[in-house]
Amino acid sequence: MSRLYEGFLEAIRLIISFDPDLLTIVLLSLRVSLTAIIISTLIGVPLGALLGLKSEKKTRFFNKLIFTFMGMPPVVAGLIIFLILSRQGPLGVLSLLYTPTAMVIAQVFLASPIVIGLTTVGIRAKGSVVEEVARSLGAGPTLTAWTVIKESRFAILGAVITGFSRVVAEVGAVMIVGGNIEGHTRVMTTAIVLETRKGNFELAIGLGLILLMISFIVNSVLYSIQRGGENN
Amino acid sequence: MQGVSKIYDQEVLRVEHLTLTKGCIYGIIGPSGAGKSTLLRIINLLTRPDSGEVLYQGCPTPQNGPERLALQRKMSLVFQQTLLFKDSVWNNVAYGLKARGFPKAEIRERVNSLLEQVGLKKLASRGTDTLSGGEAQRVAIARAVAFEPELLLLDEPTANLDPGNIELIEEIITKLARQKKITVVMVTHNVFQARRIADQVIFINQGQIVESGATEQIFQNPQFDTTAAYISGRMVY
Ligand SMILES: Nc1ncnc2c1ncn2[C@@H]1O[C@H](COP(=O)(O)OP(=O)(O)OP(=O)(O)O)[C@@H](O)[C@H]1O
Ligand SMILES: [Mg+2]
Repeated sequence: MSRLYEGFLEAIRLIISFDPDLLTIVLLSLRVSLTAIIISTLIGVPLGALLGLKSEKKTRFFNKLIFTFMGMPPVVAGLIIFLILSRQGPLGVLSLLYTPTAMVIAQVFLASPIVIGLTTVGIRAKGSVVEEVARSLGAGPTLTAWTVIKESRFAILGAVITGFSRVVAEVGAVMIVGGNIEGHTRVMTTAIVLETRKGNFELAIGLGLILLMISFIVNSVLYSIQRGGENN
Repeated sequence: MQGVSKIYDQEVLRVEHLTLTKGCIYGIIGPSGAGKSTLLRIINLLTRPDSGEVLYQGCPTPQNGPERLALQRKMSLVFQQTLLFKDSVWNNVAYGLKARGFPKAEIRERVNSLLEQVGLKKLASRGTDTLSGGEAQRVAIARAVAFEPELLLLDEPTANLDPGNIELIEEIITKLARQKKITVVMVTHNVFQARRIADQVIFINQGQIVESGATEQIFQNPQFDTTAAYISGRMVY
């Protein structure tokens, strides 16, 4: 018990003193996941908007596929990206395995279906009506698309945040394709796994606290967005 | 418009011939499901007819591209279900002007004077989610006329409103039509409203134009039994 308690105190000390090891890990985690979510947003929002505006009948198969990918187990995603990037794989020549780039790719693979799927659902709710109103007011194709996206901004932001919280907390995929190399591909989740195994609870607890904090902040934002979206 | 038809699960609209004269106010009446909204959507180029064609000033409708957009920009439709953008009242009214690339100063001037006219000046910066039904409807109409369309299509613009708001909106519509020479086509379930403000009345039933003509002529001397039954409220569905 006292060991846990000491670990907890030490963890707080590590956080407050901006311990360099801890900081490296946190920053890399954020960099990888933020890059992944930005790319996923750029892919997912236009695609989701397109799917949301097309009739459900025509896109049913595609939608089911996206929803299947939304529930993809991270280790399976990791395995797939590993096989693609491994030396014998189709993209082996790029030597991306065990680099942060590989981790970004894996996380994009996990997050973009979420962004696409949730955007589709959000836009389907009202998108075609918004589209017609915009067109009846003389909006060209670009302005119409932009208006549809803007009117569904709450749903879309929710989609992006959900995608982010999934990838930032995920272990399996980044472990497989990143390799958990210290100072290079070690992120919060993989570090927690390793340090716990080694019995270094201080660092593990410290990282766990930071992850919880990020999750709290992100989900609080999500909560207020969705509450704001409701009465609109 | 000639030989226009629209088929969903079944044929819902079949208009052999319909001509709209510039500067006229038309009242479209007819029972629910008759095809009134479908007709407006076809005129506004939102829905493509399955056969026939709509002619604008004698010219056929461009199928695609900038010409179609240019034609669409001469018209405006106020939908049966009001949808305002989640934005300020001011930005909603300015939307069509911005879409057409009007200069900023002119947008400001037009929007302000229009809001003044419809009695919404005080609400300019309000979010549209806080408006009452009557206020929202006035914003929708102001938004549709800000860019001075040549043809204004209104689908039940005064449904669910109190008498005060109805009068206000009717006033706005007639004033616009007279001052700016805008052609107005208004769908209404209220035959008294059609009689009050329309020059011409078009009665649609089961997807077909049963009868059309000068308002008083239709009301005083309807040629068909269904028309007579409908305007006197005796229509059996
Ligand atoms: N997108 C659609 N798909 C299938 N059927 C449709 C569609 N839009 C309209 N309809 C059908 O076409 C018919 C005419 O509809 P429309 O909306 O034009 O009627 P309306 O005269 O405006 O009725 P109301 O007075 O109730 O608004 C209705 O039977 C309706 O169910
Ligand atoms: Mg209708």
